[in-house]
This record gives sequence, C-alpha cells and structure tokens, in this order.
Amino acid sequence: MKPAIEVRVCMGPAGISAGGKDVIEAFGATLARAGVSAEVKERCSTHQVGCMGLCARDVLVEVHVDGEKTVYQYVKADMVQRIVDEHLVGGAPVREWLVDETYENFYRKQVKIVLSDCGVLDPEDIDGYIAAGGYGALRDILANRAPEEVINEIKGSGIRGRGGAGFPTGIKWDLARKTKGDVKYIICNADEGDPGAFMDRAVIEGNPHSVIEGMLIGAYAIGARQGYVYIRAEYPLAVERLKLALGQARERGFLGKDILGADFTFDIEVKLGAGAFVCGEETALIASIEGQRGMPRPKPPFPISKGLWQRPTVINNVETLANIPYIMRKGAAWYASFGTEKSKGTKVFALTGKIKNPGLIEVPMGITLREIIEEIGGGIEGGKALKAVQTGGPSGGCIPASLLDMNVDYESLAKVGSIVGSGGMIVLDEDDCMVNVAKYFVHFTQEESCGKCVPCRVGTKRLLEMLERITKGQGREGDIERLEALSDGVRTTALCGLGQSAPNPVLSTIRYFREEYEAHIRDKKCPAKVCKDLLTYSVDAALCKACGVCKKECPAGAIAGEKKQPHSIDPSKCIRCGICFDVCKFKSVERH
Amino acid sequence: MKKNMTGTLEKIVASYREQRGNVIFLLQETQGAFGYVPKEAVEYFSEELDIAASKFYGVTTFYSQFRSKPTGKNVIVACCGTACHVKGAEKISSSLRRELSLPEGEDTSQDGEFTLEMVACLGTCSVAPVVLINGDVRGKTSSDKVVREVRALRKKKS
Repeated sequence: MKPAIEVRVCMGPAGISAGGKDVIEAFGATLARAGVSAEVKERCSTHQVGCMGLCARDVLVEVHVDGEKTVYQYVKADMVQRIVDEHLVGGAPVREWLVDETYENFYRKQVKIVLSDCGVLDPEDIDGYIAAGGYGALRDILANRAPEEVINEIKGSGIRGRGGAGFPTGIKWDLARKTKGDVKYIICNADEGDPGAFMDRAVIEGNPHSVIEGMLIGAYAIGARQGYVYIRAEYPLAVERLKLALGQARERGFLGKDILGADFTFDIEVKLGAGAFVCGEETALIASIEGQRGMPRPKPPFPISKGLWQRPTVINNVETLANIPYIMRKGAAWYASFGTEKSKGTKVFALTGKIKNPGLIEVPMGITLREIIEEIGGGIEGGKALKAVQTGGPSGGCIPASLLDMNVDYESLAKVGSIVGSGGMIVLDEDDCMVNVAKYFVHFTQEESCGKCVPCRVGTKRLLEMLERITKGQGREGDIERLEALSDGVRTTALCGLGQSAPNPVLSTIRYFREEYEAHIRDKKCPAKVCKDLLTYSVDAALCKACGVCKKECPAGAIAGEKKQPHSIDPSKCIRCGICFDVCKFKSVERH
Repeated sequence: MKKNMTGTLEKIVASYREQRGNVIFLLQETQGAFGYVPKEAVEYFSEELDIAASKFYGVTTFYSQFRSKPTGKNVIVACCGTACHVKGAEKISSSLRRELSLPEGEDTSQDGEFTLEMVACLGTCSVAPVVLINGDVRGKTSSDKVVREVRALRKKKS
C-alpha cells in the first residue's frame, strides 16, 4: 500500500506574505508533474490550515506521511521540488530545511486549549471539527443537561472574560438567565481593536466552529434565540470563514429551529464593524449594532438587564466563547487545573515587537513573563537588551525588564499597573523611547475617543499635547506632575473604559521610566534616539567614502559634497527623516 | 444624478428596509457599490427615507471605514499598529507621503493614481511592519521597498 500523504501549508497573513500561495501552487503542480502519479495525488489533500503560531518561521509546511509529522520552515516555492522528490517520493526528509530547536522551545511551555485545533483542522470543513469532537458538547447538553447545570459547569471552571476586563463568565450568564424577559441576545465581541492584538482573528480564521458552538452553549444557558457576531471589517478572511461556517452549521441543523431535535431555537447573524475602537466597549457595540454612532452610555443599567434593543444581552469575547466547548467537553475541574487560584485556564497572547519568534501563543495563566520572553519568544532580536513589555494595548501599561520574573495573570498585571487586556504583548528593546510609546498610545485613544464625555475628549487631547511638547524638546519643569494629575482626573471621571484606561500608558511609563521623561524635559535629549526633533545628523568625514548615496536619497537636499570629498549635512535644511543614516553603508552618518 | 446610480441606490434602500433600518448597513452597502459614500447618495436617502442628512453624515464621520471621496486607482494601506509602530511604520508612511506629494490632510495623490490609508491594526503583527498594496500583504517591509513598488506601479501606467 502506498503511504497516505498530507501536506499542510501555513496560509495565515504571515504565511501568505511569506509566499504561502506560491508554495501551495508549487506543491500542487510539482506533485502532479513529478508523477507522484494521479493515484498518489488523489490521496494527497492539501489543506489550507489556519495559524500554527510561529509566524516568524513562515512559510511553515507540515508533511504527514502515514501519520508521521515532519515540519519544514522558511519554505519557498523553489524548495518544493526537492521536498517532493526526496521526501514524498524518496521517503527521506530534507534534513537541513526542517524546523530546529527554536520550534520545539516555542511550543514546549505552551498549553493549547483554544488553539488546540487551530492549524490542525481545516477551518472551512465542518466535518473535520465534528470528527474532532466538535458540536459534541452541544449535543450532550441539549440531550442531558439543564441550562443551570451548564452555568454551574462554567462557574466551576473559573473562566473569566478574555476581552480584557476579566469578569467571570459563569456569573455573567447566571445573571442573564435570571433576568426576566422573553427575548434575550448573546453577542460575540470580535471587534478586536487593540493595535498589536490578533488572537481573535486567528481563532475565527483557524476554528470558527468553536466560536459558534460556544455561542450556542451560551444561548442555551441564558435562554437567547438570537445571536450576533460583531466583527471588524478589517478582517476579511475571518468574516468569510465565519460566514461559511455559519452556513455549514445551519445546513447540519446546529443552527435554526429545534436544534438537534431539542426544543431550542437559535441563529447567528454577522454584523460588520465600521472601524471604531470604542465599539469594543459593550454599550457602544450595542449602539453600533443598532445602526447608530458607537457611543457608550453610563452603566447601570448594564447590558445584562438592558442591552440590545433594550433587551437583556450577554456580550462575550471571541476567545472566551471558543473556550466554552472545550470546558464542557472535558469538564470544569480539568480547565481549572490550569492557571492560578484566581485566574484559571490559559490565555492567548499575540507576542510581537522586538522578539525573535513573534507569533500567537497560548500559555497557562500564572506563567512568568521571563518564560514567555526568553523561552517561548527566544529572547530579543539582534542581541539588543530588553527594555519593557507592553501588555493590554492602549488601555494597558509597560512592564520594565526588572520585573521579568512576575507572573502573568489578572491580579499580578494589575498590581504592576498594567492589564491582561485582550492579549497584545509587545516587546520593546533599548531602541524604543518610552515617552514616544506613551505618546503613540495617547494619540491612538485621543483619535478614537468618541467625544461624548469631557474628561476623555478634552483630557486625552491635553495629555497628547503635553507629550508632543516633551518629545519636541519644549518640555517644561513640572510637566511630569501635570501629566500625573491630569491622568488621574481622566482615569477617575471618564464615562467608559476607553477614557478610564487611556492614561495607563502614561502613568506606567512615568512610574518605571521617569528618568527618560526627565532627559527629554531637562536635557532636551531622547536617550533611545527616537524623537526626531531632538536628534541631529552629521557625517563623520573620516568614515565617509563619498559614494554619494546619502546625497541622492536625501529628500530635503540637505547634503552637499563633491566626488571623492567627504559629504556634509546642512542642519538648517535637514528634516531629520533619518534616510541618510539608514542608507549609509559605511556607518559614517552619526545620530546624536 | 446618473441613471445607473439611482438604480443601485433603489436596491440598497430595499435591502435596508429588510435590515430594520440599520443606517450603518445602508452606508456600508453604498460604499461597497461606489467605493465611497457620494453626497448624491446621502441626499437621495435623506429624501427617500425622510431621515435628516446630518444623521448619515454623523455616522460616516464617526466610523473610520467611510470615505467621502473616491480612492485613487491604487490603494495602499499602511498599518500603524503598535508592533508596526515600533518597527518603523512612521518612516514608511512619511516616505510614502513624500513620494506621492500628499498635502497635509489629503490621502489621495493629485493625479488620482494613489490613495494612502492608515489603519490602526491589520492583525498581522508578527510580520510587522505591514503594508497592503492593492489588497496584497507586504510583511517585514521597509520604506525603501514600498517606495520602489509605488514607482513601479507608476511606470506601468505610463
């Protein structure tokens, strides 16, 4: 018997951008051509699997021969021929292209629950999900368990909202169940607006049925007949796969009337977000689904009692919902065995920035930051020194390198002035300016502020102006204290979570990197050499080879110099774009 | 208003009525059909549905997805998410603005060939910095590479 061969190519955006499409096409063509004859071709199924996590090594290709898995890294289309010839035909893997130790380390400390089927199952095939036990939890619940039992199971698992706030999911469902009302809604919040976070995209693209099953179980528990997924329009592939999955689920009778013959009717509609960060806030999200401007309103009343169209509404994050089927299948005790006393289970993080192995990781709550950065992430890129880790996006804070041994869970992160948030984890190195990072986030929240309440509308604007002044060398004595006082005002008086958390990046950078603020304000220097207005460029005549590249590339015409003569930069014309610094091959351009 | 435009708008209004009067849906459909939300469309909806035009403008200016002007022939989307930011996204966008001679506050080049849009995060942070050129992802890119590609696109046209 000929071996059963399966080739899996990583085709996430990272995979695609590394040439995944070409690799898939090359496999198709090469297999056919190499006379890995028509017969063999029939047995080969080239799945388009979702994210495998270690995007840094893309294109990753898994080759399964008779169930034995081999993984290739950095695959390009022109490598396919040899893989087919030597491995698939010849039976000997191409050793030098296989993944190395880094790949093993990347996975060793991870615990995959939500992501367990991502990159394994074909997200466009419902049968794969069902064969792996999918919709089994739903079937069991509809046949054997009362809504209250489901809620108790979820309560027992200890899972808390993965969107950032960390409210216990079981308690939320319980409150919703007990709220009187014949029409209730469940909404999946897939408006992943935090810059630097992409786990929700990965979950929906990699395993959309787990989210659908999670919503079904939630709907059954609270007594909802209609659900909505509010998803960013910026994620076209996720939207497409979700819609496809919903269609398949409807065909198989998992959605619609009298699901699986039980007295339970439920369906899900997809609502596209139109690009507003504030719509991640639940009352704003509801306004947006209703077709209004997405502006938050004061709570209470909470959506649990008055939500979508004034009806009781539960809003859960994608990752939370995708956990539910696994919890119901394996039990609350199993889930609660991961994590810490107060933060149970796992959390998916998008590990990015100046890290060797950026990617999507799932780790047990309570893991140390050091394990994530050094062991999973492989340390800092280019031999630089770690400076800080930013978690929680614009609502979070920067954790300095000195706190690397802290645990990562809701409580520990709050204690150091940051949050788990939706799961963005951006690694910063010595070349990053912390004042600039704070300015970046405040610029973001200021732009995204809906403008309804004064503390946020005006407060973030004034914070931004102060930070801009400081980074331009116009900082004044007392600015740090003014930033702190204003931050405190915004934090305590803004209407919604966006405003209340907007000062966090400022406060946490002042807390841990005060001396950098002082250097900007007093010495008019940016120690990390990032803030443009505080830099000057000059040419070291001894190193200059007079190649003329900088002169040619300078958009301001600020560089003068004849052939074979060292060049020089006219500071009055220089716009400090840094192009000369980047293009000089002889490192003769200096930045002060 | 052109005749074929009216036909499209009529269809959009019909599906809008099915969607329990969701203004966002209406505007998304409009933008899907025309690439932006034309003033004429808003006037038509306002008349047809007896909703003040300000309501539509309130929504289009609130959400970053909506455009009030058509895009250029080539659309470049520069991600300015956090991961891209720390990997030099600002340099890329300022180089592009210079290359396309975009004046302050404008996102489309005067010859109508290029539009440069900024987006908060494309969710492809592991290959930062990221730029989309006419819908195709360019990961781990640089201002150099992107500017070269823009020049190539321009050459192709002439």
